[in-house]
Amino acid sequence: MRRARRLIAALALVAVASVALAACGDDDDTSAASTAATTATACERSDLDLVADDTLTIGTDSPAFPPYFVDDDPTNGEGFESAVAYAIAAGLGFAPDEVTWAVVPFNSSYAPGPKDFDFDINQISITPERAGQVDFSEPYYTTPQAVLVAAGSDYAGATSVAELKDAKIGVQVGTTSLDAVTSVIGPSSEPQVFNDSNDTVRALKNGQVDAIVTDLPTAIYLRDVEIEGSEVVGQFSAPGGDDWGVVLAKDSALTPCVSSAVSALRESGELAAITEQWIGAEAPELDLE
Amino acid sequence: MTTASARRVAREAARRRRARRGTVVAAVSTVVVLGGLALLLVNAPGWDDVRETFFSWDVFRESFPDVLRGFWLDVKLFVVVEVIVLVAALGVALVRVTGAPALFPVRLLATVYTDVLRGVPVILVVYLVGFGIPALGVRGWFADPVVLGGFGLALCYTAYVAEVYRAGLDSVHPSQRSAALAVGLTERQAMRFVIVPQAVRRVVPPLLNDFISLQKDVALVSILGPQEAFRVAQINAASDFNYTPFLAAALLYLAVTVPLARIVDHQQARARRRQGHTVTP
Repeated sequence: MRRARRLIAALALVAVASVALAACGDDDDTSAASTAATTATACERSDLDLVADDTLTIGTDSPAFPPYFVDDDPTNGEGFESAVAYAIAAGLGFAPDEVTWAVVPFNSSYAPGPKDFDFDINQISITPERAGQVDFSEPYYTTPQAVLVAAGSDYAGATSVAELKDAKIGVQVGTTSLDAVTSVIGPSSEPQVFNDSNDTVRALKNGQVDAIVTDLPTAIYLRDVEIEGSEVVGQFSAPGGDDWGVVLAKDSALTPCVSSAVSALRESGELAAITEQWIGAEAPELDLE
Repeated sequence: MTTASARRVAREAARRRRARRGTVVAAVSTVVVLGGLALLLVNAPGWDDVRETFFSWDVFRESFPDVLRGFWLDVKLFVVVEVIVLVAALGVALVRVTGAPALFPVRLLATVYTDVLRGVPVILVVYLVGFGIPALGVRGWFADPVVLGGFGLALCYTAYVAEVYRAGLDSVHPSQRSAALAVGLTERQAMRFVIVPQAVRRVVPPLLNDFISLQKDVALVSILGPQEAFRVAQINAASDFNYTPFLAAALLYLAVTVPLARIVDHQQARARRRQGHTVTP
């Protein structure tokens, strides 16, 4: 009996190991064909391969908050990303009432397998590593990072990133802000990383962190709506810029169409107008040296 | 004599044949079941995607050192919290089993404490302690997220472990206490030298069980901000849009919990053997 058990264990190990080895075997499927030509000709509405017929399904996380969305309702066309999404939809030939919104948590937007959205718009920064898993459209926004502190705190008067070195800094997990903090500020203590925006805010209110680093529109929103008596110390540009793109399934046929829609919005000046309308505020530039 | 011996030889041969057949059947069934599962997995339509996003060797190699650094924090936290829990829980259990009338309010508090903290999910306790205590305006070393997270874990696990100890204390036969008092030990000495040692020895397997749970739950401290293994994996996964770092973290937790599980098995087997000896003279 004991011998049999040992044999089964050995066999199970072999089976698992062979699967694992098969998993590590060939990694040569790096399809470099994701940069399809941006031809508008294949983007006729009737030719589009959509998740649901006759409607464009756009994903974003819930709750959806300002300045990206207003009243937690992506369908009203108000807020920066809602407006951009409807403008892209129009570029693809969809009237506002032909757009459906799906709730897609950030962490599942990049899960493998079929997507339940045609594209996802959720303040997602484009990075080469991420582009290995999903398609990104042309960027529709480039955000600087901003530093938010309690008014009157030790760091409120900072004019350079060097003055923030000894601050305890909080960031939200999964954002590129952590990279920005590490590479630009290089704080003396390890940044604290929180699950969501609420916890990050709570930590600042509690004094568990001295400062929050996040993208500029979020910092403005937090200052104006969430944290009474806080101020945006300043902004600094993240290494390589922080471009936001809409996410599509890897090698989606829709990607070039969405990208050309974004380009058209930029050339017509409509994108700039939308950006100005919803993220108009300014913050002083922090001295990088 | 000779006929009986021949029958015995035949019986043993039959037993061996049965055992061999059992082994073969087990082996074939294992190959069929596990091989089938592996084939199903590999032939699933999304397997190539899954392999790339969950089992990428390159991502694993790149993220492993980071995750390992985070795991070191888990290990330190685990050891410190475990020591605190072992001591505090025994205190709570002793309070609950002693019958002194003057201790009634303390006993009541201990009962409420174990009921409440065993009933609330650990993640909630860690969250409430971790964000609630700093909100009171507490500053200094105690407001450190690692300390607060460890405190939250200790609160929950002390409640669990106190119940384990109490079961052990209750399992020591009352005659042990009578005998101790009869040979002239005081109540306190009887508890210290006779009852507690027997109780603790009996509950070693379930104590180790709680060890394993605690080792896993240390990851919950990540919600307060510290970059422990799970959080580091999450950060790496989000930056590359690849879930492989979670696999690296899982392997590290397993590297601690699987040996612990084997120790528990061993201890339980030993306890069974020992009890077997005491029951049958």
